[in-house]
Amino acid sequence: MSLNLLRLFGGRNATAPVARERLQILLAHERGLLGQSDLLVTLREEILAVVSKHVMLDPDKVIVKLERGKTVSTLEVDIEVPNNFDKKAAAERRMAG
Amino acid sequence: MAKVLVVTSGKGGVGKTTSTAALGAALAQGGQSVVVVDFDVGLRNLDLVMGAERRVVFDLINVVQGVAKLPQALIRDKRLENLWLLPASQTRDKDALTDEGVGRVIAELRSRFDWILCDSPAGIERGATLAMRYADEAVIVTNPEVSSVRDSDRIIGMLDSKTVRAERGERVEKHVLITRYDPARAARGEMLNIDDILEILATPLLGIIPESQDVLKASNVGTPVTLNNAESAPARAYIDAARRLMGEEVAMTVPAERKGFMNRLLGRRAA
Repeated sequence: MSLNLLRLFGGRNATAPVARERLQILLAHERGLLGQSDLLVTLREEILAVVSKHVMLDPDKVIVKLERGKTVSTLEVDIEVPNNFDKKAAAERRMAG
Repeated sequence: MAKVLVVTSGKGGVGKTTSTAALGAALAQGGQSVVVVDFDVGLRNLDLVMGAERRVVFDLINVVQGVAKLPQALIRDKRLENLWLLPASQTRDKDALTDEGVGRVIAELRSRFDWILCDSPAGIERGATLAMRYADEAVIVTNPEVSSVRDSDRIIGMLDSKTVRAERGERVEKHVLITRYDPARAARGEMLNIDDILEILATPLLGIIPESQDVLKASNVGTPVTLNNAESAPARAYIDAARRLMGEEVAMTVPAERKGFMNRLLGRRAA
């Protein structure tokens, strides 16, 4: 009851939820950008080197993200490969053609 | 074993120096030997908040550069015999500090004290990175306000990457200290509440310091708030926070001002 009354009178001034939402969106973005420094750049380069030994890919389509959680963080590696990604197969096709 | 604790925030004016002085004094009141170190080279203020501004002879930079020995630069608090201050230089600039030199001073302080509290300058540049460089623990001072929370998030990222511990693959133990909190405004949805801040920063809470006139009163007279009026709401909150740093389990509350009759009548509720 008292909480409802509080909402009724305080509703118009309740700007905290807006602050919270803006922060969450902003920080999700900034953590991605800042994560690009040092560690993630190295990781991205090395992953790219290993994968492109075997698979043809567009370097811009390799996305490495680090998301911080309460107890663990997740490293997300997103690599987009074209459908005819197998380098050997592609080379063989070229030879045959 | 000595602990090096950095008090940091990114944003200026959120209460780093006040919190360093209050936590340092509260730890010393709890029987620990404590040194508070001012890393804000060029804009020192910890000496003023501690009431030792007229007793500064040598400073951190003099010690780093070998001009003075550490014992010559340390200032003993007049009220607590196990509380000491290592002031920053007011005339030099922050480039006078070197990573290696700071490392040497911190190592020497470790052999003399239980707690080394490093008061970081605002910002994310050299002074701030050197203040956190050798830390075992960090207190991230945050106001319930968007720009402060954003900067805290940035600092947390730096604690996880730019410290000696992080480089060794170890963790800096991080704590959020929320200052200038107004429970009534948070309850009305006018101010970010504690849960919002903790969820966003994903870092455990050390304490909640309520907005209070006692903080300004204490700095006016150059006394850490926990010594100036130990019964005041912010002092009790800092004392609880210091006990948590020492490993005690203390229930998390927002100490309230003892309100007068009119405030009660107007329904200003304190959590």
